[in-house]
Amino acid sequence: MKRRIFAYPYIVWMILFIVAPMFFILYYAFTVNGSFTLTKFWATISDPQNYEVLWTSVVIAFKTTLICLLLGYPIAYILSNMRKSVAAFISVLFFVPMWMNFVLRTYAWQAILEYALPALFGWTDKTLTGTEAAVLTVLVYNFLPFMVMPLYNTLSKLDKSLIEASRDLGAGSFHTFTRVVLPLSIPGIVSGITMVFIPAITAFSVPVLIGNGNYDLYGNKIDRAFKILAESDYSTGSTLALILLVCVLISTVIMNRFDKEQAGGQLW
Amino acid sequence: MKKVIIIAMCMCMLFALSCAPGGIRGDEDGELYADGDQYEYIGGELNVLNWGEYIDPELIDLFEEETGVKVNYIEMTSNEEMLIKLRSPDCVYDMCFPSDYIIEKLIASDMLYPLDKEKIPNIKNIDQKMLDITDTFDAGNTYSVPYMWGTVGILYNKTLVDEPVTSWNILWDEKYAGQIWMYDSLRDSIAVSLLRLGYDINTRSEEEVAKARDELIAQKPLTKGYGTDNIRTSMINGKAALAVIYSGDAFCCIDQNPDLDFAVPEEGSNVWFDNVVIPKTAKNIEAAHAFINFLNDAKIAARNTEFIYYSTPNAGAMALLDDYFTKNETFNPSDETLARCTIFHDLGDFIEVFNAAWDSVKSAKVN
Repeated sequence: MKRRIFAYPYIVWMILFIVAPMFFILYYAFTVNGSFTLTKFWATISDPQNYEVLWTSVVIAFKTTLICLLLGYPIAYILSNMRKSVAAFISVLFFVPMWMNFVLRTYAWQAILEYALPALFGWTDKTLTGTEAAVLTVLVYNFLPFMVMPLYNTLSKLDKSLIEASRDLGAGSFHTFTRVVLPLSIPGIVSGITMVFIPAITAFSVPVLIGNGNYDLYGNKIDRAFKILAESDYSTGSTLALILLVCVLISTVIMNRFDKEQAGGQLW
Repeated sequence: MKKVIIIAMCMCMLFALSCAPGGIRGDEDGELYADGDQYEYIGGELNVLNWGEYIDPELIDLFEEETGVKVNYIEMTSNEEMLIKLRSPDCVYDMCFPSDYIIEKLIASDMLYPLDKEKIPNIKNIDQKMLDITDTFDAGNTYSVPYMWGTVGILYNKTLVDEPVTSWNILWDEKYAGQIWMYDSLRDSIAVSLLRLGYDINTRSEEEVAKARDELIAQKPLTKGYGTDNIRTSMINGKAALAVIYSGDAFCCIDQNPDLDFAVPEEGSNVWFDNVVIPKTAKNIEAAHAFINFLNDAKIAARNTEFIYYSTPNAGAMALLDDYFTKNETFNPSDETLARCTIFHDLGDFIEVFNAAWDSVKSAKVN
């Protein structure tokens, strides 16, 4: 009974900041100036350009996640095999930049790519902003810690005797990795992917600041519907958000199912 | 001994700090106002909504000191954002600085407080020529007082552009691929494309807007991007050759990098006004009027314009500014230049067509 009392603040929080906003999205998607209508909803749902931009976002989020995984896994693996005190120190270094605000770090990257790096190479009228590669680099930079953190947690908790057993039974280091370590770290991989992929789909400040506003992602479309267009268009913006919400929901369900299957079977 | 020195240094710093606010008052001839000190204690708070870097912050301190009003100064980056904030039911702003076509819209939806001109005696300083223009969107200048004005044109780097800049066409020239900044603003960017095609910037023809949109999409791979305030730093550092920009920003850039120059193309351009208005929801109307009056004091207006580099409609201030400002074509465009510039008007529901066009331009793929 007592425990329930402690849960109330969180329930209130959830209703105010998670459930209520979702209802607002639903409400605005189907109303214009307070009256129910489907015109805006259909217009948005049937506009192919929205899906093109959504696809661009999914592709760039996928690339970001893949690069983060390829970079993050070895980092987490090396960290997990280090002495605890050394690993703790290095991971602190790794997370120090995260104490600074996300947008500020992106601004710093804007200065690096627009001025500092070109100056280093002696390019006077050339810059590195405004390309897909630049947007991707900064997204990877911003999201890499979110990949390393869950991977490191899973890998460091891994039972070392299982690795020894695998060696004892004649598996080489390659097979030990692919048959023992990798399957056991799947939960870490799944939560790492979720923590990178979903925020990366909705990124909108990076394309503006690093892509010079020339590289539109889905988040920018929502942003524009709400505040840039001459008449703020809540119904279009909410419908766009709804489409994204459904996509994220589907991918989360798929990820969870994958997570459960892996955790259950594979090992035996 | 060391401690004494440290304490002495601390005292010096404190002394310097305590002197700082006094610095505001310092002026060569000791006079702070050209039109006399008309300010009395009012008190309360004043919520001001303005563009970024669009006022000399010392003037706010001075006004607070004179009237005891606490000014809460909030900044935003686009007219559209301002409109949304003013329209929200819990709007807290007492004063705002929107542009012409937004004011037209605000008047149409009866959201502005008619100004009490008797409380703004300094309005006499405003140039009649300017009031004649602002009259076209605020009949009789009932609801607004011009704050700053300017044109839209091309800022270019003379070391990177050899030819004379006379036409918007240069922004579509493949020679400058990757070196062209466009402005991330719906009306301004579509206007550039419309003007280049010889159309009216206030057009209500879907066909013309569609053509302007297609031209912008075709131009997109040549651009460096669509920027706002970041264009200034980029141009000052010579990172781009051409940029669509407001004249005030252009003047500020030229001041810092003499390689830059500004041109208003021959096809014509947009002349814009940012006026002060008081929304109907305002709470401290007394303080808002006092602040408008304060800003229109010739000397204060001159100081403000020297700080932000935008052109002032205040004739009294123009008389006080030196030749560096008044003889500059960017700051003080000639009548011929002004003759080919048009003001933006509110497009009513037709803006939806512009919205859709702009969204397509922004979402168009570069490669």
